[in-house]
Amino acid sequence: MSHATYVALSYGAALLLVGGLVLAIWRDGRARRAEIAALEAQGIRRRSAGRNEGMGA
Amino acid sequence: MSDIAASAGWWTRLANPSRFLALSNRLGPWLAGGTVLTLAVGLYLGFQAPEDYQQGSTVRIMFIHVPAAWLAMMCYTVMALSAIGSLVWRHPLADVSVRAAAPIGAVFTALALITGSLWGKPMWGTWWVWDARLTSFFVLFLMYLGLIALHRALDDPARSGRLSAILVLVGFINIPIIKFSVDWWNTLHQPASVLRVDGPTIHPSLLVPLLVMAIAFTLLFFTLHLVAMRNEILRRRVQVLRRNAARQIGESR
Repeated sequence: MSHATYVALSYGAALLLVGGLVLAIWRDGRARRAEIAALEAQGIRRRSAGRNEGMGA
Repeated sequence: MSDIAASAGWWTRLANPSRFLALSNRLGPWLAGGTVLTLAVGLYLGFQAPEDYQQGSTVRIMFIHVPAAWLAMMCYTVMALSAIGSLVWRHPLADVSVRAAAPIGAVFTALALITGSLWGKPMWGTWWVWDARLTSFFVLFLMYLGLIALHRALDDPARSGRLSAILVLVGFINIPIIKFSVDWWNTLHQPASVLRVDGPTIHPSLLVPLLVMAIAFTLLFFTLHLVAMRNEILRRRVQVLRRNAARQIGESR
């Protein structure tokens, strides 16, 4: 393999791993927000929800 | 004295997850923007940098391998500090920080191992050797995987939090071993060439892109860690909501 191939493989691995990590974290956040929204739509709320509304929670 | 009191007050206020979420909402876009900007500058400078007289173009692997390795160790250090915060002060966000950081650290460690191997083959003539630096770094990867497995094995966050904090602190012994392995033992891996008492031994044309990429990776870590901490807080809120739902059903019967 040429030197350029080793460099390309390294940057490709970085793109794949970091891109995958960013995507996984983003999807995790979206799934958690959807879960909270679904539970709150059923009328289920945290006991401190009223107190925290003023704090942007 | 008032400065200390103000600092302690800020720290205590941050213990409220709702305040942390509000703060991270404001801070997140700035960190993400800084990451993209420094990463673009770092990549541009990296590909404009001259080839090394011995290594040729493979020196460009250094611009991702070295920052990834630094971040892998920094991430574990952040986890160790969080573990102290969790065990000593029982700060509610400390355990959240440990849990959120472990997968990020594992990815940075894997990236350092893969790019190191891809750099080693053309320069050393081998993909891998069981020398002190490579082996201790591989142990770091296994420790990250162990922590992730522990977090997933136990449902109770309080119990798994204490266990993982102890494990993180015990495993921290590996960080100085990784750092000084190239000085303490005869290794194929080169000794430190940036963080040295007598200054860096890298030419500025290669050192500047490396440092910019190191800043970019650091910003990337803090951006991802912040968002992952938000996710972990939301995950715990889901658990609380589900418990409340179960209680409501129980009371209504």
